[in-house]
This record gives sequence, structure tokens and C-alpha cells, in this order.
Amino acid sequence: MVNAWEVASIVAVVAGIVGFFTVMRGSAFAAHAIPNGSFAGAAGAILVGVSTLLGLGVFSLGGAVTIGLLGRRGRHDVATALTLVAMLALGALFVSLSVEYAPEVYSVLFGEVLGISPNEIAPTAILGALCIIATAVLYRPLMLSSLLPEVGEARGISSFRMEMLFLAVLALATTMTVPVVGTLLIFSLMIGAPAAARSFTDRPLVAMGLSVAIALLIVWIAIAASYETNYPVGFFVGAGSAISYTIGRLCAVWRNRRKGATKQERISQSPVWGENTP
Amino acid sequence: MSHFLSPIFASGFFESEAVHIALGVGTLVAVVTGVVGVFTVMRGQSFAGEAFGDLGTTGGAGAYFVGVGPLWGFVLGNVIAAGAMEAIGVQRVRGRDLATGIVLGAGLGLAALFLHLYTTGHSTTGATVTILFGSVFAISSTTVPLIVLLGAIVLAITLTIYRPLLLSSVNAEMASARGIPVRLIGVLYLLALALAAALAAITIGTILSTALIVGPAASALRLTRRPLTALVVAAGIGIGAMWLGIVLAYDSYYWPPHGTIWPVSFFVVTLVFVTYLLSGLPEASRRRAERTPSESSAARPATAS
Repeated sequence: MVNAWEVASIVAVVAGIVGFFTVMRGSAFAAHAIPNGSFAGAAGAILVGVSTLLGLGVFSLGGAVTIGLLGRRGRHDVATALTLVAMLALGALFVSLSVEYAPEVYSVLFGEVLGISPNEIAPTAILGALCIIATAVLYRPLMLSSLLPEVGEARGISSFRMEMLFLAVLALATTMTVPVVGTLLIFSLMIGAPAAARSFTDRPLVAMGLSVAIALLIVWIAIAASYETNYPVGFFVGAGSAISYTIGRLCAVWRNRRKGATKQERISQSPVWGENTP
Repeated sequence: MSHFLSPIFASGFFESEAVHIALGVGTLVAVVTGVVGVFTVMRGQSFAGEAFGDLGTTGGAGAYFVGVGPLWGFVLGNVIAAGAMEAIGVQRVRGRDLATGIVLGAGLGLAALFLHLYTTGHSTTGATVTILFGSVFAISSTTVPLIVLLGAIVLAITLTIYRPLLLSSVNAEMASARGIPVRLIGVLYLLALALAAALAAITIGTILSTALIVGPAASALRLTRRPLTALVVAAGIGIGAMWLGIVLAYDSYYWPPHGTIWPVSFFVVTLVFVTYLLSGLPEASRRRAERTPSESSAARPATAS
């Protein structure tokens, strides 16, 4: 049980940080697609008999690369959708080829808190540290490239390279977070918490910190509730993210009303959030 | 005749009622999803299509839990989801993906709960896989009338609002300047998408249903600029993928591991994906032919969109 708290806390921190950029770049769909596709990796790993984490890592990275490459040519949302379903279809095949193991399928998809063993803490912590380090290193060029891509290009920061690097970090974050929250629901943590945070502040670093705090809160409540009721962690994470987002939206509306129309323009039209619809 | 074709069609293919239903339903669904899909891709709403697919999981799980057929669950769940997305504001481009994602997250969480409650109360554990990955072979003949009705409704909606929908999908501001009720058209389109996604879900499963909506349409739009042609091409690709997928799935009974078939949805989605990749070839080769030696050394800065 203690393992679950530790692993889940690491997951929440990474989700809050990586999610911040996800929301800013408007990459909610990619954040949804990459974990879903990684499901095939988990199913394949179980079929072949290797570590689930390895399967998750390979397929989420592969998915990220494919989305990046395909998105370069065709429409970005189409590339993401088709890569996602292609990988899921592979997952369907792997599931059908292996012996009946429905409960494992269920926990890969929706998360399983009680099944986290002590030897999962170390890999999760290492991967999480890698994610955070990568984000710290990429922070400035990524911010510039996300907010003002043309200025970034002028300074030699290739938008395409930033996109690929960001997707790679997303894939890494996915790999370590999926075992706790499940492939289908990790993305809701990654967008719900940051989206709520942005309703309270426009300043990037403050928003990132707030996003981590909200994510931690959601995950802790989810684990406690899942432990009590035996309902899946993913259910509480999905609900918690939606509630956070709603509270954030309501607060933003309340703030607008208090400060008048001009401030409303500033809050809802802030270029930081969700403007870059791929 | 079956002797000639037996290498391609495994024994019993033409006689099986399940196959007849599969082919018929598959054809109708391919046409419906292809048509709606073209508008979905034009409007850049692939994520909404994806969301409906996944939210169908919630509806289907709820249906299992309550004890009715999954198709009802898909339809009801998707229509409710459409209302929720509309209320949150899925029509405004800004923040749209975010809103869709949040609804999706909440809905999937609910699906997790329903499935958990269902499987703890019943001995069968295959509900998750059936809902998510579907099987067109498992559709009973009693469901067929409902499928036909839903398909007819979607096509009726799309045909009725065809011109305003086309205009508002290509250029929303110009459309509303011409007096087209863009918001209303958007709502009707979303409804059509919700129903189409439900139909796709019953054939190839909820989380794969996006493939039928987005794939053939995206391929068609890469091959032609004319909307009507795109609709026909999209439907054609969908039908082709469904038929070939059904044949291959039926044959796979005899492939390793013997005794079980590979999922139809796997074949259909793979075929759709491959078609999409192939549809990019004409453009790529044209670009290569146009490139002069001096241009090929300068890399075009590619943006994320």
C-alpha cells in the first residue's frame, strides 16, 4: 500500500509538469493517443513474456515518432487518430492471441493500485527523474517554440525538432504513469490538473507548480478512495480531473465578472493556453 | 465455385449467416462513417470522433450493467456526450480539444466503474474486450433493423444539411456571413457524428471506431479536392476495408493459433491505416518530381501543424 503512495506521487508530479506543456501546446489529443497506443506494447509484452514497462516504453516511443512523422505531412489530428487506432488494433490482436486474461487487460487500461510491487518504485522514480530533467533542459526553447514558433525558428529552434522532443518526453511520461492510472485515463490527469491551474494564474512557473499540486491532490484522493471502495483508480482520476477543470472554469468566470470586461479578454484570450490547436 | 475460391474464402464462408450479417452491416456502416468522416476531417474534429468512440465504452458498459444491448448504450451514451461537449463549447476552436479531453476523461472513468461493477457481479469477464474491440460477427439479426434505422437517420441528416454543412466546414465565418445558422448546423453534425460513431462501435469496437470515421475520409481527401468525389471514395475505401477484413478474419480461423479467429477490427483498422499511408504517395512523388537540385538542399521548416 505504501508503494502505491510513493509511485502515485511520482506519477502526479510528472503528469503535472509534462501536462503543463501539453495544455499549452494544445496537444491534448497526443496526450490521449500515445498512452492508448502504448496499450499494445503492454499487451504484446504480456504475450511475449517480457516486462510490461519495456513494452509500454517501446510502443509509446514508437507511437510518438509515428505521430510526429505523419503529422508533418498530413493533418496533425488525422495523423494522431490513425496512429492511435493502428496501435490499438495491434493491441486487440495481441490480446486475442494470448490466453484469456481479462483482468490484466482491465488493469492496463484503467489502472491498478493494489498491484504495484516494491520493485516498481525504482524504475518509476528513474523514469520520472528523466522526464523532469528533460523538461528542465528543454524549458526555454520549448516555451519559445510553443508560444512564438516563428521567433523560435528565427533563432534556430526547429519547431519540428521541438515537437518530436516534446512527444518523446510525453512518451516517457506515459510509460511510467500508465501502470498506476491506466492507459485510458492518464491523459485526463495530464490535462485536467494543468487546465485547472491555468484558471488561477497566467504565470508559467506558478502554473506549473499549481498543476503539480492539483495533480498530487487528485492522485492521493484517487488512491485512498480506490483502496476504500475497491473501484478502479482510473475512475477517481477521471472524475477528479473533471471536477478540477470545472472548478477552474467557474473560478475563471467569477474572476472575469469581478474585474470587468477588459480583464475577461485578458484571461480567456491569454496566448499561453490551448491556442496552438494542431 | 467454392472449390475455386477456397484458397481465399475458407470453407463455409458464403453459407454462414453471421458472415451475411457482417457483410451487410459492414457495408452500411462503411458508407455512413465515410460520409460523416469527410466532414469530420474537413472540420478538424478527429478528436471529437475519437472521443465519441471512447465514450461509447461508457455507454456500452452501462448497457451491459443495466442489461440491454450494447448498441442502445452506444447511441444513448454518445448523444449525451454530444450534448455535454456542445455545452462545454466544442464548437469554438480555442480550448476545444481541452474540453473534449475532459469530457472523455470523465466518461472513461465512469466506464471503468461500470465495467468493474459488471464483472464483479457476473462470471463472464470478456465484456471489456467485446465492448472495446467489438466483433461484427457477433451482431444478432434482431439488432439489424435498429442499425439500418440509425444509418438512415445519419444519412438523412447529412443529406439535408449538405450544402450549409459543407460551407460552414470549409469557411465558418463566410458561412455565417451568408446567413447560415452555423451553430445549429454544428449541433446537427455532432449528432450525426455521435450516431455514426455508435454504429462504428458495434462493428469494430468503441476505441477503434475512429478508424472508420477518420481513415477512409482522410485518405479520400488526400486523393481528391472535390467534396462529392471524396464522399464516394471514402465510402468505397470503407467498404473495401470491411469486406477484406471480414474475409481475412474468417480465414484466420485456420491460421496459427488454430481454432480462434484474429479480430476483424484488427484487419479493418490495419487496412484503413495502410490505405492512408498509400494515399500520401501521389503527393510525395509529385513533390519529389518538382524539387530542383538547388531546392533539395534547403530544408523546408516544418511546423507542428
